[in-house]
Amino acid sequence: MTRMTMVEAIRDAHTVAMERDDRVVVFGQDVGYFGGVFRCTQGLQKRFGKHRCFDTPINESGIVGVAIGMGAYGLRPCVEIQFADYVYPAYDQIVSEAARLRHRSAGDFTAPLTIRMPTGGGIFGGQTHSQSPESLFTHVAGLKTVIPSNPHDAKGLLIASIEDDDPVIFLEPKRLYNGPFDGHHERPIVPWSAHPLGEVPDGHYTVPLGSARVHRAGGDLTVLTYGTMVHVAEAAAAESGIDAEIIDLRSLVPLDLDTITTSVRKTGRCVVAHEATLTSGFGAELCAVVQEHVLSSLEAPIARVAGWDTPYPHAHEWNYFPGPARLGAAMRATMAYR
Amino acid sequence: MHVVDAEAAEPDGLRLRIPEPKARPGDKPVFRDLLIDRAGEVRRPPIDVRPADIVDLGAEMIRVLDIHGDAVGPWAGTLDAEQLRRGLRDMLTVRIFDARMLQAHRQGNTSFYMQSLGEEAVACAHRRALRPDDMCFPTYRQQGLLIAADYPLVTMINQIYSNSHDPLKGRQLPVMYSSRDAGFFSISGNLGTQFVQAVGWAMASALRTDTRIASGWIGDGATAESDFHSAMVFASTYHAPVILNIVNNQWAISTFQGFARGDSPTFATRGHGFGIASLRVDGNDYLAVHAVSSWAAARARANHGPTLVEWVTYRVGAHSTSDDPSAYRPQEEPFTWPLGDPIDRLKNHLIRIGEWSDEQHQQCVAEVEATVREAASEAERFGTLRSEHSSPASMFDDVYATLPDHLRRQREQAGF
Repeated sequence: MTRMTMVEAIRDAHTVAMERDDRVVVFGQDVGYFGGVFRCTQGLQKRFGKHRCFDTPINESGIVGVAIGMGAYGLRPCVEIQFADYVYPAYDQIVSEAARLRHRSAGDFTAPLTIRMPTGGGIFGGQTHSQSPESLFTHVAGLKTVIPSNPHDAKGLLIASIEDDDPVIFLEPKRLYNGPFDGHHERPIVPWSAHPLGEVPDGHYTVPLGSARVHRAGGDLTVLTYGTMVHVAEAAAAESGIDAEIIDLRSLVPLDLDTITTSVRKTGRCVVAHEATLTSGFGAELCAVVQEHVLSSLEAPIARVAGWDTPYPHAHEWNYFPGPARLGAAMRATMAYR
Repeated sequence: MHVVDAEAAEPDGLRLRIPEPKARPGDKPVFRDLLIDRAGEVRRPPIDVRPADIVDLGAEMIRVLDIHGDAVGPWAGTLDAEQLRRGLRDMLTVRIFDARMLQAHRQGNTSFYMQSLGEEAVACAHRRALRPDDMCFPTYRQQGLLIAADYPLVTMINQIYSNSHDPLKGRQLPVMYSSRDAGFFSISGNLGTQFVQAVGWAMASALRTDTRIASGWIGDGATAESDFHSAMVFASTYHAPVILNIVNNQWAISTFQGFARGDSPTFATRGHGFGIASLRVDGNDYLAVHAVSSWAAARARANHGPTLVEWVTYRVGAHSTSDDPSAYRPQEEPFTWPLGDPIDRLKNHLIRIGEWSDEQHQQCVAEVEATVREAASEAERFGTLRSEHSSPASMFDDVYATLPDHLRRQREQAGF
């Protein structure tokens, strides 16, 4: 076990995956010599050489497009898109190509890629460094979509993603890179060194894709969430005094239905929370899944807490971000429903 | 003085130029802007030439077969008579196969077809210049790559018919083949995406110190896509061992090539800003296509980097079975195309050098027709679009490597 930040855990995952399999190659803008703008690939080029980790032109469709070609050749590329907000030029390559290659060729060619990208807000990044586009990927057949909320899971999920035979979208909540941010932006930053999930096992391990984690056990209501909002939910539970069971989904596709339904059957109440905008967000899918499978257990309507349906505003970030006050209010309202 | 004149000539307002082809239906076809060199006149540089030293080749046209049917100039001599006869048979197979599949479409055996009438030399000669384990990333009009790789015709037809033996299990639009073993990457249908994937495959081969190269394909119209430029910048930056082929068949459905080309003199000159060796070739000249493909392949394999080739040809047929070219171009335009027909030209060359005859040609046509007919009959035994397909339950397979729970539930819901 080693205490790590999420950045260090992601770096460690790369190192483990690259050591175990020489078909793993890592590239993207600024990832080689410099080690990435968030330093997630720092040291990889020095350790593994320029043919395993290298810089690319600023061209997202090119980064993903060449990764697909490399995957078809038999490599396992793990590429970085500098911000999730910049992924859109690559969207055609991801949606029309990587996601469908196995199906359209009946397994003749596959695209075993991992596409990493920092996601979410909370760093005063404005509209182009704060978006949470996960539902643009969960909607696409053939993709897997993963979001860790802590260093331990980040390492295990990233190794699992790189080893997976299908394309994986790996979203890294950038506000969590250096600590478990709970939405209280006015308070001092808590480092991962002070958090139990900053304990990262040495060497190789995986967190299987499609397995959720009960972040906090509770009996009053279930909070279905992922990424930064896991820690916001923890703060909201503590501050509202509600004994919430917080499910950290970790993987949106595939989705761990059993953990969701088991929890909602137990609590009978459910709040869905994400940073991404509300309309057609992944929360809508979660609401649908819960009512399809455990409607009879529900004692209250499912509440959704999400980013407002506006572009992510720079100066108004904390009015936009669904912090513990908003989430706590929704939890209280759900508890009060009779 | 010029500055003053230009300023004095300033118009009242700006005007946008909307390009127009030289001829539309009812007009006389015009090809006077087509830059054509005489066969044998364009030099053949060494394979390690610096791209900057051959910028002239981006605007000229490499040709081997002259008007008499002789092979002339520095690009001649890459093929012996047996290889030429095989090339002719490849092209005849493509043409006869296309005709048979168009008939199958009219009969309702398939929903869709795309022929490559008039541009058979490009894919057929190129494939014969590659090694069998090189990988092509084709568009939908490179069936010649499969046929010249001796891929079974019946398997192609099974795919076109979406029948019970379709290797792609009825998932893909007809002609969107895939065969790793034949060096033929799965066709997308989204234009241009494969061009940069070819560069990635080539980069991977070089990363692994392999000896295989990639060959990417794109049409003149799709060079306007951003993925074309992505491919060019990555190929240039990493010196990827890739041949980047632009098939300029003059028409992107109803849009003439001037829309993608803009004011560039040719598509080959697109490579110059990237520092990529760029050649422009008579695509209806089987010998020129083979010679230039061999040159580019040798260049890539010797680690001298990528080559961009514009193959100048003409799409004689409709874009697809859903298209009617008489609505947008003169009906006689295909018959006035200055570069002629690739099959006629190779046939005439073989006859001229005493290695072929009209009788042999007729016999060859009859043999190929019989082969195609037999392949179609065999495929029909496995069903057509209207009859037997793979199991519909199989649509849930291969979305992921293993069936996830949500798809298992949906498959059950669908009744499988």
